[in-house]
Order: sequence, then structure tokens, then C-alpha cells
Amino acid sequence: MTEALANLEGVTVQFDDRLVVNRVSLTVHRGDIITIIGPNGAGKTTLIKTVLGLQRATSGKVSRAPGLVTGYVPQHLTLEATLPLSVRRFMLLSGKPLADCEAALARTGVSHLLEASVHHLSGGEKQRLLLARALVRKPDLLVLDEPAQGVDINGQAALYELIRELRDELHCGVIMISHDLHLVMAATDKVICLNQHVCCSGYPADISHDPAFIETFGHQVAESLAVYHHHHNHQHNLHGDVVAGTGHQGACNHEHH
Amino acid sequence: MSIIDAVLGDFFWRALIGGLGVALVAGPLGCFVVWRRLAYFGDTLAHSALLGIALSFLISVPLNLAVIITCVVIALALVLLSRTRALSTDTLLGILAHSALAIGLVTLSFMPEVRVDLTGLLFGDLLAMSRQDLLWIYGGAAVVLTLLAVLWRGLLMSTIHEELARVEGVPVERLRLALMLMFSLVIAVAMKIVGVLLITALLVIPAATARRLAKNPEHMMALAVVFGFIAVAGGLSMSWYLDSPAGPSVVVTAFLSFLLVYGAARKNSH
Repeated sequence: MTEALANLEGVTVQFDDRLVVNRVSLTVHRGDIITIIGPNGAGKTTLIKTVLGLQRATSGKVSRAPGLVTGYVPQHLTLEATLPLSVRRFMLLSGKPLADCEAALARTGVSHLLEASVHHLSGGEKQRLLLARALVRKPDLLVLDEPAQGVDINGQAALYELIRELRDELHCGVIMISHDLHLVMAATDKVICLNQHVCCSGYPADISHDPAFIETFGHQVAESLAVYHHHHNHQHNLHGDVVAGTGHQGACNHEHH
Repeated sequence: MSIIDAVLGDFFWRALIGGLGVALVAGPLGCFVVWRRLAYFGDTLAHSALLGIALSFLISVPLNLAVIITCVVIALALVLLSRTRALSTDTLLGILAHSALAIGLVTLSFMPEVRVDLTGLLFGDLLAMSRQDLLWIYGGAAVVLTLLAVLWRGLLMSTIHEELARVEGVPVERLRLALMLMFSLVIAVAMKIVGVLLITALLVIPAATARRLAKNPEHMMALAVVFGFIAVAGGLSMSWYLDSPAGPSVVVTAFLSFLLVYGAARKNSH
């Protein structure tokens, strides 16, 4: 059994009278990739903030492994326009040496932006910067809130692939929130479908048949997922370009059953 | 008579040295006011300083100490009240800022035996700087600058992204308190220069001017100090030659350099 990094037991979060997270239990182990999906207002962000310790649980038990280093990629990096900040400075604020910062930026494919102002980055570049910022701390647990926001469709697949590779390299646990159902189904170990409570959870292949899942997302989505088996026969680099020499020359020939 | 005595014996030099000391801390803290959108918050604290002055006469404690304590109490009250979310923060600030100012004025009016120069309190009395004031200013500056240097990484990180900072183990709440303490200190010493009504200007204008030219946070702080120096030196000269009130002259000079920098930068970008 691999080491449990964080554990929630019957956790409930309530804002005033509104029940946002209802008796959720979940455990992240080293090496897990858990994706949380669910409709808007389902309490996804609140749930991961509870895992991170940013949100106090109204009831239930939250425990984290002692000395756990967490890397957090928040939904947005909204910077005050009045605060001048370069990518280099932002990375160095992690307290890690410059060489480590540069390596992390290179790993997420944005090392060329070292001297750029954080204010001038595109949405996708900001996401990669945040990922690098989380990475440089060598986290045991990586928590990502919609990491693919503002990233184009090709870049999204590459980003999820990168997260998987990072999981292997750092041997860390990953929890993320995602809306990209197709990509999630292809790139995740375990899916938790949240709608205040856990309506279903399990492996991607099984979950799309789950009645609770079908009820939450509708027949159309469930069916489209059930038939969608994503076979990679080519690779993209981080900029969404097809990597040469992998037997793929632009035309899409994914297999659809 | 030594040179130091000669310099400190002259009211104009005392004013200049004191003013520069205030600019030295107003610059860095002003950056935080701009970054964290605390301009109105600073105003509220500054206005409550008048309440502190009234209290200092009422219970006879040293003036600066009373001001600092009142500012800290008001700052804590603000934090607690804004957590209840019954009223929006700017409404809350509007209520507290002007109530504190009004209560201070009313309290002072009940003490006819206390002769205070109200204009000096409201708009500053730079030219009446005493040696003891200088001691307060440079003592306060030393405390604030040391705190800033020690807490710098955490303060900056929690300003950039509070949740990210918390995940990384930065004690965000304690740093917020430290920042408020520093504000209270700066207000207590800056009051002498520009008065309670104009303190926010001395915090915000040099920092905003610096933003136009700065590439990173530390650079912006250094530039804010420089623009603060320019404002103090320029304002004092203006007051000397035009016989204008010193505090407002300092703010006018700060505003002019702001216009100049933004005007020049605009021309360059075309």
C-alpha cells in the first residue's frame, strides 16, 4: 500500500445556511491522479481548498501526512497591475535557488519567459508558470484547480500529459479539478464526480456507465464518453505542435469506436 | 558649536531632515498601500489619529504613543468587522474614517484648556519640527524598515497571491497585523509632516509615480523613496520662496512629479 498523503473523512463545509460540500470522504495516495468533475457550484474548489487547509471543514476529519509539501496551482493568477513583477522574481519568491527555478520553467516549457513581465503572459503561459511555481517546491501533493483554463485544445492534451509525467518524476499525488471530460477520462486514474456529495467515483471506463453520472451530466455526455477511447498515435509538444517523427503528419486518425 | 548643532538648530534643516526621514518609510509602505488597495484604509487610520490625539490629552499619555495605539485598535476593529460581512468594506471604512475624525474634533472642543493647533494637526506643521520629533521619526523609520526587511518575502508573497502564500506556509494573518502596526507607526510620525488629512497622499502618490518606471517590486520601493525625497525637498523650497503652507506644498510637489513622469512616459510610448 502506498503512503496516504491526505485524507478526508465525512467532511462537510457549510457557508451560512448553504451546504457546499456534503460528507465527502477521499484519500490521496502517492502516485494517484484523482480528478474531480462536477457541474458549476458543485463545491469542487471548496473541496480542494479543504484538502489544502485553506478552507476549514464545518465537520468531519481532515488529515495530512506530517511534513507534507503541497504545490498549488490556483484557478487564476490575478495580479494587481500596480505590482511590477517578472517571471524570474516570481519564481525566486519560492525561496529556491535560480537554477532550480530555471529547471522548473524548462520542465513546463516556458523557460524563454524568464525575464518577461508576469503581466504580459497569455492565459496558457500563466498556467505553465503557476505549474512551474508549484513544481519548484518538489511537492508530495500537487493540487490543481482547472489547470487547462485558457489553454487551447491541443495544449490541453499536452498539459494533462505533462501532469502525468510529473506525477511519475516526482512520485507525488495529484488532485485536480477539470471540466474537460474527454481529456480527463483519458488521462486520469480515478474520477470523483461531485455535486455537493460524491455522486459517484471510480475508474474512468466504469464511471461513464454509472447511473449517477448519467443523471448529473445527461445521456448525451455519458454516451459520447462511453464510445470515446482515445488512442494516442502521435505526440504534441507543449506548444501544441505535433512532434515530428512519430508517424503522424497532421491528419487526425484517432480511433473512434 | 558643532556642525550637528548648527544644522539641528535651524528650523528649516530640521524640517528637511524630518521630512526625508518620513519619505524613507512612506515610500515602501506606500507601495503596499497601492498594491493591496489600501488607500481608503490608510485614510481611515490617519483620520483616527486625531481621535488618538484627543485621547492623549484626556488621559495624558505621550501623543505619538496614543496615536499608534488608537490606529492599531481601529485597524483591528476594521479587520474584525469586515469578517462579519454585514457591510461592504468601503462602507465600513467610510463610517469609521469620518466618525473617528468627528469624534476627535468634538472631544478636542470639550477641552478648552488644551490649546492645540488644529490646522497643524489636519494639514501638518513641518516647520515646527522639534528635535524630539526627529528622534520619533528616525526611531520609527528604523523599526519599520527593519520589520520590512525581515518580513519581506512573506509580505510580498501574500500580496501577490494570498492563498498561494498560505499553502506555502506563509503566516498571512500575522503579516497582515505586522503591516497594520507599521502603518500605525508611519501615520503617527508622518502626521507631523502633512497632517492627518494628507497622509495618504504622501503614501500613495510617490508609490504610484514609481510604478510607471519600475521593473520589479524592490525597484518600485526605491523609486518611491526618491520621489518622496523630491516631494519633501521641493515642497519645503516652495514653502520657503512662496510662503505657502509646507504640508500641502509637499503634496503639490508630489502631484507635480506624478504628472511629469506619467506625461513623459506617455510621450515616449507614442
